Amino acid sequence: MVVSVPCLSVEDLSYGYPGHAVGHHVDFTVAAGEVLCVLGRNGEGKSTLFKTILGLLPPLAGAVRVDGEPISSWNSRRRALTFGYVPQSGAGAFPFTVREIVLMGRTAHRGAFTAPSAADREAAAMAINTLGIEHLAEREWARVSGGERQLALVARALAQEPRILVLDEPTASLDFGNQLRVLEAVRGLAETRALSVLLSTHHPEQAFACADKVAVLAGGELVRLGTPAEVITAETLHACYSVDVAVLPVADGRYRVCVPRLYLP
Amino acid sequence: MVVGAAVALVLLVTIAVIVGPYRIPPADLIAFLVAKLTGVASPLSASAEAVILQIRLPRIFAAMAIGAALAASGAAYQSLFRNPLVSPDILGVSSGAALGAVIGIFLSLPIIAIEATSFCGGLLAVLTVYGIAAAIPGRDAVLVLVLAGVVIGALFGAGVGLLKFLADPYNQLPAITFWLLGSLAATNPADLTSLLPAVAIGLVPLGLLRWRIDVMTLGDEEATALGVSTRVLRIIVIAAATLMTSAAVAASGIIGWVGLVVPHLTRLIVGPSFTRLMPVSVLFGACYLLAVDTVARTLGTVELPLGVLTAALGTPVFLWLLAFSRRPAWS
Repeated sequence: MVVSVPCLSVEDLSYGYPGHAVGHHVDFTVAAGEVLCVLGRNGEGKSTLFKTILGLLPPLAGAVRVDGEPISSWNSRRRALTFGYVPQSGAGAFPFTVREIVLMGRTAHRGAFTAPSAADREAAAMAINTLGIEHLAEREWARVSGGERQLALVARALAQEPRILVLDEPTASLDFGNQLRVLEAVRGLAETRALSVLLSTHHPEQAFACADKVAVLAGGELVRLGTPAEVITAETLHACYSVDVAVLPVADGRYRVCVPRLYLP
Repeated sequence: MVVGAAVALVLLVTIAVIVGPYRIPPADLIAFLVAKLTGVASPLSASAEAVILQIRLPRIFAAMAIGAALAASGAAYQSLFRNPLVSPDILGVSSGAALGAVIGIFLSLPIIAIEATSFCGGLLAVLTVYGIAAAIPGRDAVLVLVLAGVVIGALFGAGVGLLKFLADPYNQLPAITFWLLGSLAATNPADLTSLLPAVAIGLVPLGLLRWRIDVMTLGDEEATALGVSTRVLRIIVIAAATLMTSAAVAASGIIGWVGLVVPHLTRLIVGPSFTRLMPVSVLFGACYLLAVDTVARTLGTVELPLGVLTAALGTPVFLWLLAFSRRPAWS
């Protein structure tokens, strides 16, 4: 029997800022090809957790391992070759084109003084194709919509050729169509490229669409971890968000929706 | 674009050699060049040769080097601080470098030492400004940065005022005052031996790191996540840009606005990528300052201070950019 080592493991991780811990004792693993969706109310520290995993913030305690190896001593380049990060997008200070921004995803693949090679440009073009945003490639970053920027940031992370993809609320402020497009892209990438994916969202239903596992953060701790069907229940959502909802199966039980109790008979 | 700017620069150099109180006829200039290239005796008088070699050319090279240095350092600060409206002046670097240089003049130090004190002053200013901005989190970071630059600039300006008050009114005070206004009138070949290497030393790392500097415009976290060692890169870029600004200030006094307006206009033309922004800014900066200096020394019977002219030209351009920029400049 082969003992599989999870690609990403977070062990007893405490995170936050010096003198101000945001979360404690968080444990989870993500295997290759697996999507973990993190839920939690505003201010629960999902972004802080992600930044700590990425090494942008030092952990207060605990460890992050990749293939069982602790990464605390890794430099930013080695991290960038392992983790692709999709932050919440801003408009940026300067009018770079979408293609130029995606090409920046190749930074860790070359030396500090080196210009992008033909292979780098090819990888960026492939990433742009994969996300289906060729029509945006030559447009200015600040002039495409938030959803289009989000797709471009996923393309940038893909051009990075990482093994683990970390997406911070990738569907925030997107319209309905772009939300689905981003989630489908993420799900597809996890399956076709065996990426480990970590993403946060404010829409529990999205976990049914894209996730293998769901983690719920509340009160600075990881309170639930399991499959979407196990975790996303009326009780959990009430405990997490203080709302009364029912979680109802639709499409012969292949999907579930969250409906406020108010609208139920 | 680059070719056009290069041609313009060659034309400007030619004009700058010709014009002035001692006029060099174009035919003489060509004869002089041919003689120098072929190694035969020059047909020009000794005084004409002295004007070209000892006065005009050093000044022309100084103007081009200072214009290039200010434009390149402005472009670097703008990319690093992620704002198209910062510049060596606004960040307080110029004031800090000026205070350092005035201390050097006050102590009657040699030019190379004045350049060193100027660099220390500039570095102290930019690090103080950056430290203040970093220590006040949660506010609009760029606004804090700019306000801190204004405040620190004023403080260093007060230091300059104190030294002027203490300076010997017959020798040092006029020297300091005239130098502060910004001028290349006193440039001699010896000045170039400290100015040109400093500018070259500043330009090389910026040129080599141009792709990384583009990534830095995404902000610290994203740049780190993309594999850039942001802390090391920031130190190198700030040191290089500050060295160039300080060398320019030590050689010519405070020449404002070049570091803001030239890279900003260049970005509108060639886009934000540092690989194009830096070389074109260098060319434009060299052209611009050479043109302004040539006007400054030929316009009237008395030479106009260079810093006064660049401010008179830069202010309306800055206001125009503020009002009609395509995007909100302070976002």
